[in-house]
Amino acid sequence: MSVLVDKSTRLIVQGLTGREGGFHAQQMLDYGTKVVAGVTPGKGGTEHLGVPVFNTVAEAVKATKANASVIFVPPPFAADAILEAFDAALSLVICITEGVPTLDMVRVAAASKNSKSRLIGPNCPGIISPGKCKIGIMPGSIHKEGHVGVVSRSGTLTYEAVDQLTHLGIGQSTCIGIGGDPIIGTSFLDAIKLFNEDRDTHAIVMIGEIGGNAEEVAAEYIKKNVKKPVVGFIAGQTAPPGRRMGHAGAIISGGQGTAAEKYKAMRAAGIRTVQSPAEIGHTMAAALGKSASQSKPSAKEKAAGKSKKATKKRK
Amino acid sequence: MKIHEYQAKAILAKFGVPVPRGEVVLKKDEARAVAERLGTRVVVVKAQIHAGGRGKGGGVKLAKSPDEAATLAEQILGMKLVTPQTGEEGRIVRRLLIEEGLDIKRELYLGVLVDRTVGAPIFMASAAGGMEIEEVAKDRPEAILREVIDPATGFQPYQARKLAFGLSLTPEQVNVAVPFFQSLYRAFVETDASMLEINPCVVTGDGKLVALDAKVTFDDNALYRHPEFKDLRDLDEETPLEVEASKFKLNYIKLDGDIACMVNGAGLAMATMDIIKLSGGSPANFLDVGGGASEEQVKNAFRILLSDPNVKAVFVNIFGGILRCDVLASGVVNAAKELKFKIPVVVRMEGTNVQQGKEILKHSGLNFAVADGMKDGAEKAVALAGGAR
Repeated sequence: MSVLVDKSTRLIVQGLTGREGGFHAQQMLDYGTKVVAGVTPGKGGTEHLGVPVFNTVAEAVKATKANASVIFVPPPFAADAILEAFDAALSLVICITEGVPTLDMVRVAAASKNSKSRLIGPNCPGIISPGKCKIGIMPGSIHKEGHVGVVSRSGTLTYEAVDQLTHLGIGQSTCIGIGGDPIIGTSFLDAIKLFNEDRDTHAIVMIGEIGGNAEEVAAEYIKKNVKKPVVGFIAGQTAPPGRRMGHAGAIISGGQGTAAEKYKAMRAAGIRTVQSPAEIGHTMAAALGKSASQSKPSAKEKAAGKSKKATKKRK
Repeated sequence: MKIHEYQAKAILAKFGVPVPRGEVVLKKDEARAVAERLGTRVVVVKAQIHAGGRGKGGGVKLAKSPDEAATLAEQILGMKLVTPQTGEEGRIVRRLLIEEGLDIKRELYLGVLVDRTVGAPIFMASAAGGMEIEEVAKDRPEAILREVIDPATGFQPYQARKLAFGLSLTPEQVNVAVPFFQSLYRAFVETDASMLEINPCVVTGDGKLVALDAKVTFDDNALYRHPEFKDLRDLDEETPLEVEASKFKLNYIKLDGDIACMVNGAGLAMATMDIIKLSGGSPANFLDVGGGASEEQVKNAFRILLSDPNVKAVFVNIFGGILRCDVLASGVVNAAKELKFKIPVVVRMEGTNVQQGKEILKHSGLNFAVADGMKDGAEKAVALAGGAR
């Protein structure tokens, strides 16, 4: 099992004919994701990577019965693309685009209240249920099918954590990159609720960072409702206040949003916190009662990982 | 993007927000001329730097004559202004705002920002103006009034009235405050600001409301919609290495440690700083080279890292997803050959094409320390920088 995406997910790529959309669509197809349509206004009726292209999301949904969309359009057009996907009532909308203006996201957040769609992102790596469906830009090869849910505001730091888990033989049910912006669709709280309700997710890794209070809100919920083991890390323990650390949302402002506050809330909620990002895997192994030396990934899995071609991508 | 107070006031004035009469000057003689032109009994001489707490640091003074304005201008221009927000190094004052003095009866606080917890803009107001609003929020949160703004309907007059009456303004003052507040909100939205603060907004003896100070920060992601704001950037207010890095689309923030780091991804870059600290060292910078750095970018990143004289070791920590380890390794090798530096470099690579990457480093004839994992990398870098402190 897994949450949000699996073998039944039928995906539209908004921006399929663009450089990034095309590259990642190919990677997703190689992974086995059912990419059923692309949307590029003005290129309807053509085909790209063997996938039919439509002018509008509504047309694409009608023709292909798609139920999810991933967005790779440039920042000035991203909010419009999200709203178009909402309008087509797709159950899941994932926006990878980094650099969406905050006030555009304010309008999207207001629209999402009356929408049937769940938004993930923007400024996120996407979501993957290993072995079933990959939507986004994460390297598929580092993942392994299993029972740990991973939720994170970061991209490469999530890959780091997943890689540690996989090397210890610990697979993942679903990994959700919720994004590094101040206003995002799916929050830590939303993701943790999903993992908590998913019978096949036995434990959770949450990777937060400085800025905002989403980690504290999730910790409060975990304290009251989550019996599954949770391992937590917060990036930015050494970040200076008042500076935006790469992600638009990673800023300590007015003394709020520090790593120390978040760790405090997480510890109070019984989360197994780690100060070192190198300890995420081992701590989860201990929580699951596994020995650290157990099962390295098999030769077959490694070979499968290497065969995936990779090319440059600007993000 | 931050701008100066005088620039913020000029923008707000265009939206109909009342601001004091004043002019910006770069020389002391201009200060005298401006004070004469203003012709008020008192003028205010205000240092223009991108940091708050200027009054406390001696950067805001009253002058009772044009002569005194010139004397104060001479003192403040070129001074190193240290405020609670600048850190010990302070900032050199290069611009002054000379403004008319006002008859101040009350000081209020007004602020607009996007509240990330509600995902909407909020308008904040407080009768505790002229103070650090963060302190007020901590000690007396009830002293700050808040109105959440629905982006579909915008900031409504009734919301402005609620705030204005909440500040105990008189009915006459409320009539002035409502359009004032609405102009502020319009300025916030139409300039794509991420933060707009009037602290203080003063009530004058004759019952007017005036924005005595103004702080506006723009959303960097929306700057493409406002090409005219480019000219407002003051490079003197930024760290030179950060300015240089921004030319190459590198996300670099200078810190005060001695272990430089080069990482892909903001979260991993922060985590790398953290693990350097945990290993007993101190990071010299934050640097995210991005998901798809080219060899050229890697080289520029190295050049910038090494321009920091404090740096004693470099820790390269890359999780190759889209960025391939072989590309990274070639970039590091070429940078080392071209820049001819003697500072030790620790490389930790994982992910796509990691074996090819390691081969490139091994056969480069250069002396890189290759690390096995983040922890090992951080510990090696700390040892090479002279050990833990």
